[in-house]
Amino acid sequence: MTAIAIVFLILSIVIVWGGLVASTLSLRAHPERDDYPPGADDDHRQDDAIVERDT
Amino acid sequence: MSTTPSTTTPPREQWTGQVGFILAAIGSAVGLGNIWRFPGVAYENGGGAFLIPYLVALLTAGIPILFLDYAIGHRFRGAAPTAFRRLGGSRGRWLEGLGWFQVAIAFVIGLYYTAVIAWALSYFVFSFDLRWGDDPAAFFTGDYLQTGEPGVSLEFVPGVLLPLAFVWIVTIVVLAAGVAKGLQRANVIFLPLLVVAFLVLVVRALFLDGAAVGLEALFTPDWAALGDPNVWIAAYSQIFFSLSIAFGIMITYASYRRRKSNLTSPGLVVAFANSSFEILAGIGVFATLGFFAVQQSVTVAELEGLTGVGLSFITFPAIVSQMPGGPIFGCLFFGSLTMAGFTSLISVLQVVSAAVQEKFAVGRRAAAVGVGGVSAVLSILLFSTTTGLLALDVADQWANNIGIVASAVLVTVLVIWVFRRGSELRYHLNAVSTFQVGRVWVLLVGVIGPVILAYMLVQRIISLIVDGYGDLPGWYLALFGWGTIAFIVVAAILTSLLRWRRSPDDFTAWPPYPPDDAARTREKETRS
Repeated sequence: MTAIAIVFLILSIVIVWGGLVASTLSLRAHPERDDYPPGADDDHRQDDAIVERDT
Repeated sequence: MSTTPSTTTPPREQWTGQVGFILAAIGSAVGLGNIWRFPGVAYENGGGAFLIPYLVALLTAGIPILFLDYAIGHRFRGAAPTAFRRLGGSRGRWLEGLGWFQVAIAFVIGLYYTAVIAWALSYFVFSFDLRWGDDPAAFFTGDYLQTGEPGVSLEFVPGVLLPLAFVWIVTIVVLAAGVAKGLQRANVIFLPLLVVAFLVLVVRALFLDGAAVGLEALFTPDWAALGDPNVWIAAYSQIFFSLSIAFGIMITYASYRRRKSNLTSPGLVVAFANSSFEILAGIGVFATLGFFAVQQSVTVAELEGLTGVGLSFITFPAIVSQMPGGPIFGCLFFGSLTMAGFTSLISVLQVVSAAVQEKFAVGRRAAAVGVGGVSAVLSILLFSTTTGLLALDVADQWANNIGIVASAVLVTVLVIWVFRRGSELRYHLNAVSTFQVGRVWVLLVGVIGPVILAYMLVQRIISLIVDGYGDLPGWYLALFGWGTIAFIVVAAILTSLLRWRRSPDDFTAWPPYPPDDAARTREKETRS
């Protein structure tokens, strides 16, 4: 493989997969807002939903 | 089951949480196009240099329109017709028709998408003993599909009919099981399985003799391509078709999220996951093509059938036959194709099922069986016969390049310019999300998106009228191509005119817009 092809292979991986890693990490750090506008109480089904580790 | 009759709307189905939604949305976005379309498109449009228009398209059109779909579905909490009707408000109830336009597109796509998954499933089995023999092209159109002259035939091909019926049964079962127990569970199982199977395939491909030749062909940049407007259009259309945007899927999926849930940050994860899979597919497919080129003692440029049906069902079988351990490679490839297609298919059909559930006030089981049953019969009649391949190719060309693109232009223009809901939807996204979108989002969705998409649409319509398609006779294109579009438009108008069994209009969007004074005062008090 030529050097320029290798550079673009790596660049594609770094940018696109990097974007995936960065967006996932940022979502893990702030999965939800702390302050929602008032109102919009959902119905209560989510109260007894299966316990799961969300992001 | 409640025994007391109730006039209130039953609670909306929901994903079990953020992860469930993200997996389902990625499952929907990652489809056949990621595997069979992206690698060839990137190669033909500048190779490594294609990365630039591709990323620009992702950031300026793909992600913004994805957010628009999320905002509409989440704020107006319904399938496409419900959501657009509510968005239109008391004077714009007719906007419901736009929702049905999207539903009709999804219905048509569901009919033939299933057929391709059925082919992939057959080829998964054929891989065991390399049943396509020495001439995969003749095997595919002759022995397997038994393709005849363009026309309408009722001569069924059992080899296609059986897997097709099987795919429909599984699909109906998944839809009937509902959002959390059906769609989400299917994605939780198949998406990780797809990623693992495809990773094994890519690693195997990288160790093939000639893999470097293929990767060099794919990633060597052709800078001149950047000056060609068609390359930019190719990038926008790849991003656009790949993300499953603008035909109701993301509206429907977002409507199953709780009101208080993050929209934009998961959206970024979905968009980048989709592109990540495309890059992975590019590496896997071209490493394999490099091996084939070296075996044939030709260059990659001389190979034929680098995208779509030709790549998957003709070129890949030929390669698999020449490869040590071919059957395993074939199983991985066709298994991946089946899984990627299936997780997209259920999202496409959920668009139709959800719309029917809401308009006709039927339960999800009845809707799944009704919608799935009708679709299955039509799909089998149209695509498991000797004329299936041609009908499929033509319907796909029109439904995608005209149907979906027109839908996107209509949505952006109507929502942003006619109903002027850009700032409201932007406020909605920002009120519930951790990643904030600026005013530039409204600009991208309202100007850049529709301009590029309208250009794509006009260019395609002209080329289909002037040049026709695939050397097929004019009457055939009129019937299966323009006929598809006519069907979609008529179906949209007729379904809009039917009466709602339970009116969706008694609805208050949350959070209120403009944010009321009470909320503002409260905000000030907490700040001081």
